Amino acid sequence: MKKMFLIFLLTSLSFVSNANDSTKVNITNQAVADADNAGLTLPSGFGALIAADNLGRARHIVATKQGGIYVKLERLVGGKGIVYLTDANKDGKMEIETSFGNYIGTGIAIKDNYLYASSNEDVFRYQLDENGKVTNPNNPQRIVKGLWDKRQHASKSIALDNAGNIYVNIGAPSNSCQEVDRTKGSKGMYPCPILDSAGGIWQFKIDQTDQGYHNGVRYATGLRNVVGLDWNQQQNKLYVTMHGRDMLYTLYPDMFDTTVSAELPSETMYAINKGDDAGWPYVYYDHFQKKKVLSPEYGGDGKKAGGEKAIDPIVAFPAHMAPNALLFYTGNQFPAKYKNGAFVAFHGSWNRSPLPQEGYYVVFIPFENGKPSGQWEVFANGFSGTEMVKNPRDAKHRPCGLTEGPDGSLYISDDVKGTIYRIVYNAK
Amino acid sequence: MKYVYCLSLILVLSSALVSRSATNTVQPAIKASMDRGKIIYLQRCMACHQADGSGVPRLNPPLDGASTVKGNDKLKLVRIIIKGMTDRVEIDGEYYDNNMSANPDLTDTQIADVLNYIRNSWGNKASLVTAVEVKAARTKIK
Repeated sequence: MKKMFLIFLLTSLSFVSNANDSTKVNITNQAVADADNAGLTLPSGFGALIAADNLGRARHIVATKQGGIYVKLERLVGGKGIVYLTDANKDGKMEIETSFGNYIGTGIAIKDNYLYASSNEDVFRYQLDENGKVTNPNNPQRIVKGLWDKRQHASKSIALDNAGNIYVNIGAPSNSCQEVDRTKGSKGMYPCPILDSAGGIWQFKIDQTDQGYHNGVRYATGLRNVVGLDWNQQQNKLYVTMHGRDMLYTLYPDMFDTTVSAELPSETMYAINKGDDAGWPYVYYDHFQKKKVLSPEYGGDGKKAGGEKAIDPIVAFPAHMAPNALLFYTGNQFPAKYKNGAFVAFHGSWNRSPLPQEGYYVVFIPFENGKPSGQWEVFANGFSGTEMVKNPRDAKHRPCGLTEGPDGSLYISDDVKGTIYRIVYNAK
Repeated sequence: MKYVYCLSLILVLSSALVSRSATNTVQPAIKASMDRGKIIYLQRCMACHQADGSGVPRLNPPLDGASTVKGNDKLKLVRIIIKGMTDRVEIDGEYYDNNMSANPDLTDTQIADVLNYIRNSWGNKASLVTAVEVKAARTKIK
């Protein structure tokens, strides 16, 4: 009994659940869920609390192994674009310890003892001390510079492998590589010249200064705009979520109606190998026909298949929901089914009008051996604060970033108000 | 008593007149043009600017309440519709990422109609744009 108590105490103190532990000790997360679960709807046994609020346009987030969180902002607050949150009194509510970085952006990641953050053109890295705090906030090493920033799809999401490389998304500043973007009757350019500099994932070294197009590797192409990406440690492989094209009806009203245009094309998740081509702009994925369909800009009619050499997605989601973050869950706090599965944060659609908008939630996809082992399911919902989002401006919060805390909690950022949600599992 | 009745009658009538003029702000010429413009709006504009003109935060600017939309620079509005917009410009304190379509195939009347629709829908109210004005503006746009 004494031993049992000791186990209980130790487990409680370290906030780590051990799925293999048959002693059935109670897991007590010191972070207590808010009474209303922060306004979110979650699966049974899960709770949510607001870890931080009103940070500004919080894009991607990353937790340190000590439990702090770095938040990348899309608009400067007090002249700073990165916020460092810590929870000194361990009550689950985090405070801003410091802010730094005079640039806006989306990407932020940690590998070993370095923090990496991106502007819409460059990637910087900072040294972390033994507490997970940046030692050189004002003079980071600029490891990549001069990437395309042409407004549209300019955010640079980042992920790191275990071999000294960083992967940077360069989104295509275009909907479908037309001669005149988003314009009815304008032809698709062939070959699409954008693909030389964008519409793909580029690979750079983590420790070289001022790399760019001249010495970066185009690791994968045919990816219109990847905002969510993560390195899967089990498979030692890059996985990405892509935003599919817009405006099938607006550009081709004779071929598509507003309903089809709202439901197509799929938002897609890919497992990426070096050299892969996902087919943009020549094809899009149709999850109803379960195939790659030739884009109308390139002679397609909504039925003709295309992209024989392009890879297929491993998951196809409904259209336009905007998968802004991807995270493989490696923690032990959540039940076993979540281990090594994927969470995807959907920012929420705008291109489904006049139908109601979709997304504005975080989904979970179970994985086995690097492949989905079941259907995706909504994991956390209610961010928008309204039953139905008719127009995107109605949404009070929009999920944008994901990170896993050292105790296995899942953190979700919102880029409308700058709320950081923490999801914990509290069931016995 | 008669005086009171008379006064209240005047009040009722005048308030009716006021409310009539308040609700019926759209002149018949604009109304007809707006009805035609709405059809074009739903086909060409709604996907990005949304059915209620509220736009999409940080991607597509709202038209409802936008100073340029309600303003007097009709040449600028005609240019945006014909040429589209790809510049990084601040719009009422915010930046928007998406490119706007070019619509050179719309006729002068269609452009006038869609402008009358967006300038007088939702919370907007502005003067009539005529096809003649659009035609004159088009000659100045290269």
